[in-house]
Amino acid sequence: MSKARASLSRTTLVHLALIGYTLIAVFPVFLTLINSMKSRNAIFRNPMQLPTTETFDLVGYTTVLGQGDFASYFQNSFIVTVAAIALVLLFGAMAAFALSEYRFRGNTLMGLYLALGIMIPIRLGTVAILQGMVATGLVNTLTALILVYTAQGIPLAVFILSEFMRTVSDDLKNAGRIDGLSEYAIFFRLVLPLVRPAMATVAVFTMIPIWNDLWFPLILAPSEATKTVTLGSQLFIGQFVTNWNAVLAALSLAILPVLVLYLVFSRQLIRGITSGAVK
Amino acid sequence: MGSLQLKSVRKSFGPVDVLKGIDLDVKDGEFVIFVGPSGCGKSTLLRIIAGLEDATSGSITIDDQEVATVPPAKRGIAMVFQSYALYPHLNVKDNMGLGLKQAGTPKDEIDRRVAKASAMLSLEKYLTRRPAELSGGQRQRVAIGRAIVREPKLFLFDEPLSNLDAALRVNTRLEIARLHRELKATMIYVTHDQVEAMTLADKIVVLDAGVIQQVGSPMELYNRPANLFVAGFIGSPGMNFIDAGRLGVSDAKTIGVRPEHVALSRDAGTWQGKVVHVEHLGADTIVYLESEAIGTLTVRLFGEHHHAVGDVVFATPSADQTHRFDAVGQAIR
Repeated sequence: MSKARASLSRTTLVHLALIGYTLIAVFPVFLTLINSMKSRNAIFRNPMQLPTTETFDLVGYTTVLGQGDFASYFQNSFIVTVAAIALVLLFGAMAAFALSEYRFRGNTLMGLYLALGIMIPIRLGTVAILQGMVATGLVNTLTALILVYTAQGIPLAVFILSEFMRTVSDDLKNAGRIDGLSEYAIFFRLVLPLVRPAMATVAVFTMIPIWNDLWFPLILAPSEATKTVTLGSQLFIGQFVTNWNAVLAALSLAILPVLVLYLVFSRQLIRGITSGAVK
Repeated sequence: MGSLQLKSVRKSFGPVDVLKGIDLDVKDGEFVIFVGPSGCGKSTLLRIIAGLEDATSGSITIDDQEVATVPPAKRGIAMVFQSYALYPHLNVKDNMGLGLKQAGTPKDEIDRRVAKASAMLSLEKYLTRRPAELSGGQRQRVAIGRAIVREPKLFLFDEPLSNLDAALRVNTRLEIARLHRELKATMIYVTHDQVEAMTLADKIVVLDAGVIQQVGSPMELYNRPANLFVAGFIGSPGMNFIDAGRLGVSDAKTIGVRPEHVALSRDAGTWQGKVVHVEHLGADTIVYLESEAIGTLTVRLFGEHHHAVGDVVFATPSADQTHRFDAVGQAIR
């Protein structure tokens, strides 16, 4: 039998590995942040150096906030991300509930069909999507992006959530039925609170690719009014001249909202209120 | 207020027949217990009565009203689950009151009923707690309270004591018996534990393989089992079955004798046997014999008796307390 408390050397090794990984993962972000606060010369001469009093320069931030319409880009990104997450969670959870709760013909097939999207990248359908958007007049609207991202996020959401929903006690749902709760009330008031950690997981997995995506904004909504942050930052990357101060500043700013969203969801990840429901 | 009739109720899951035609009549105020081994269909039958599962065919009437198309909440039933199934995000009071709230009962009426039920179950101190802050026994009492406040025509219990430890199980059993006396309500209770069945029931329904084997009062089942299955299922330790041919009895296939209906003597008796194992339970002593004439025999003696393994003893069945069964296992009377 292994001892309950791990030995000091093992703990140290584990922590060394974890610290090493954390450094590797955080380093690019750190590099972006420090360089965004340096003058152009300093960025190229000493990219690893922390900003000193001589090299400290907020020109990148002033350019970003002054030149492009960045507030609007942020707003667009935020609207698209939040709306897409909300729709993915709502429809994904509903589909997952139906798949896990009800017995009907073709249940398994339907589950596989919905999970197929995980294996097939949505970008393969870009041409067809663009044609569809043109036909429906949705090009250069945020709706187009929200729809595409919802479609992109739903397969994984259904896959993860239906597994979790199977673990919710049948007795609890039946108790609700006997107490006269409708199927919608059972879904929203009994099941959803119990799978909240899974919902948060799905939200985080859904959010990051949407926020970072350049492809669909570039193709479906490149107009000035509908640009997202990622697309907006491209303004400063030219074929011959790139304004690195501005690019780095824009990227640094773009981290913030996604960090806030992540913190909100990760609190949910940790909290669980299932204890005491059954047994 | 609370009679139930089942007429040839059948249930199949795909090609598997779980219930093969159940007919049952439950009178108002009766305490009926469904008992049987796991997989016999007793829980399925309860869920069909509750409306959580549809019967494949057959009719279910509660108070002379056909309920096949009535949703669970409108059937006038309340159910207590094995896993308690309390709403984790609601406190005890709201857990109990939710059903009434959904039915549109006025608030002061809900408060009155919750107060009455919690007094009955001594839960007053815990009304503002969440289920997570309660012990197992308290949770099960809340679940029972949730059923009481609805003042249902039928109480349905699905193995309500299985998750409790032994001491708590006895207490809760007494509590349920007391509730039945006080409320005079019709109760249907599913269990696999024959002690619960024998102690609580007015009427026991023994199920096996989706078929009702026998319906009767606990003593009827004990004294006059209808077939081999019931004879073996009711009573602990189980009845001894002896091949009638070995005893020279020609008008039966199997002879059954309960362990407590066998007398043991060191000197003389009907069957000679060797003691192979002895269990001392204080109030009882269980002796296992190996006999050349009849095979293995279990004997239950009251009080303390000292028999060593290897002793040769004589067993004598009490003549008017043997049971005879025919070739298909039905009792011969």
